[in-house]
Formats: sequence, C-alpha cells, structure tokens
Amino acid sequence: MKKIFFSLILLMATMQLFAQDNGVEMADSLRSSGKIYVVVMCIVIILVGLLAYLFSIDKRLKKIEKENHIGK
Amino acid sequence: MHKTWWKILGSVLVIYTAIAGLLLGVPHLAILNETIRNLYFHVPMWFAMIVLFSISVFYSVKSLSSKSEIDDIKAVESVNAGIIFGILGLITGAIWAKYTWGQFWSFDPKQNFAAISILLYFAYLILRNAIDEEQKRAKISAIYNIFAFPMMVVLLFVLPRLKDSLHPGNGGNPGFNSYDLDSRMRMVFYPACLGWILIGYWVYTIRFRIRSIENKQQHN
Repeated sequence: MKKIFFSLILLMATMQLFAQDNGVEMADSLRSSGKIYVVVMCIVIILVGLLAYLFSIDKRLKKIEKENHIGK
Repeated sequence: MHKTWWKILGSVLVIYTAIAGLLLGVPHLAILNETIRNLYFHVPMWFAMIVLFSISVFYSVKSLSSKSEIDDIKAVESVNAGIIFGILGLITGAIWAKYTWGQFWSFDPKQNFAAISILLYFAYLILRNAIDEEQKRAKISAIYNIFAFPMMVVLLFVLPRLKDSLHPGNGGNPGFNSYDLDSRMRMVFYPACLGWILIGYWVYTIRFRIRSIENKQQHN
C-alpha cells in the first residue's frame, strides 16, 4: 500500500516535466504572480461552505428520521 | 445511503478538483486557452446527470414489477436531482461557448439536443403532476421514463456526432480524449467525475429521504 502510494506521488511529481510551451497565451503570468491562488481560495471556501451545509442538512434529516421511526 | 464515508470522499474529490483543476498544468491549445479547464467542471455535471437518470430508469423498471411506492419515489427524486445538474451543465456550456464559439447559444446541435433532453425530463415531471391517482401515476410515468432514457442517450451521444457540431468530440471535431486529454488532465478529470457523481447521488438521497418522511406523515 505504502509502495503504491509513494510511486503515485512520484508519478505526480514527474507530470510537471511534460509541460510544453508552444507560444499560446496562457495564464502563466497570472499564476506566477500568485493571484490565481486568491481565486482558488474563494472557490474552495464556497465549496467547503456548501458541502458543510449539505452535511448539516443530512444531520438534521437523520434526527427527523429517528423521530419518525424510519429504519435504515 | 446513511453511511458517511462516501459523502466525505465526494466532498474531498470535489475540493481537490477545484484546487488541482485550476493550478495543475494543461496542454496549451489555441482558441481553447485556459477554458480547457472547463473539462473538469462542465463535463462532470453531465456525468452526474446521466448517472442520476440511470438510477431513475432502474427504479422505474423496478416499480413496474414491484408496484412499490418507494421505488416510484426513488425514480422521481433522482430525476429531480439530475435535472439540477443538467441545467448547470447547459449554463456552463453556454458561458464556455460565448468565449470559444462567440455566442452563448449558437443553436449548435449539441446545445439544442442537450436542451431537448432536459425538456424530456421536464415533461416527465409535468406528466407526473398531471395524474392524481397514485398507482396510475406510478405506472404511466415509469413507462414514460423508460422511453425518455434511451431518447436522452441518443440525443446526447449519437445525434450530435452525426451533425456538424462544434463541440469537442462531435461532428468531426476531436474529443478531449483523442488528442489533448493527457495524463495530467486525466488525474483531475476522473476524480472530478467521481466526486460530482457522489455529490449528485447524495443530493438525490436527501431528496428521497425528505420525500419518504412527507409520505409517511401524509399516510398517518
């Protein structure tokens, strides 16, 4: 298990080596300036918030199911 | 359905997609530019929708033989959850089309057929609402659903390939699979699909559980 995990990690590390550059305009400068991380952070916060909300709905639903004696 | 581990797995995968999908490298292709990343967000919506509609048709077939109300509720709630993902797929597709094809809606075969397949399922919900008698409703809507599902598959996967569609993978346009879905993109794309399918399934189970409580209270 550990071996597979490490080889996966190493595989991921080598992926970057295949990056090609054929002169097409990409957001490289935006990423190197670090500001893309702001956007990533916002998206992650929104996703985490929504998913936490889903979990809380799930929890409330479980409580109601218990009150209504609905089996699993 | 009540276990927690797959909900956490889905959440982790979706969050991973947002981070890796924006930060990892992608092939540099003209016109597409960075919008190639839409593959991680737009396409999983359709996969989630198709999985939910498959669940629905499975329970429709089952409800015809079992005549059980629970199977009928499962069928309708998975359509309800699937439609949300379909609409999200249409909207994200239209936004992407604006910046690559030039218009939000250029009446491309893929767009039109995707909209029609969503309408098919709206018709399913309207048909259900039109019938008051419960057993009749279950039977008629199950049969409609069994016809709607292959129609949806044909509309999304067969017809756009025969017409001149601009969408990647259709009408002579190479799909993401053939030339630019490289190993870097696969590492994000497959987890994204699985993650969104799990989230879609989760939304469906929540809808189903609420509906069965409502149902129980009505009968009491």
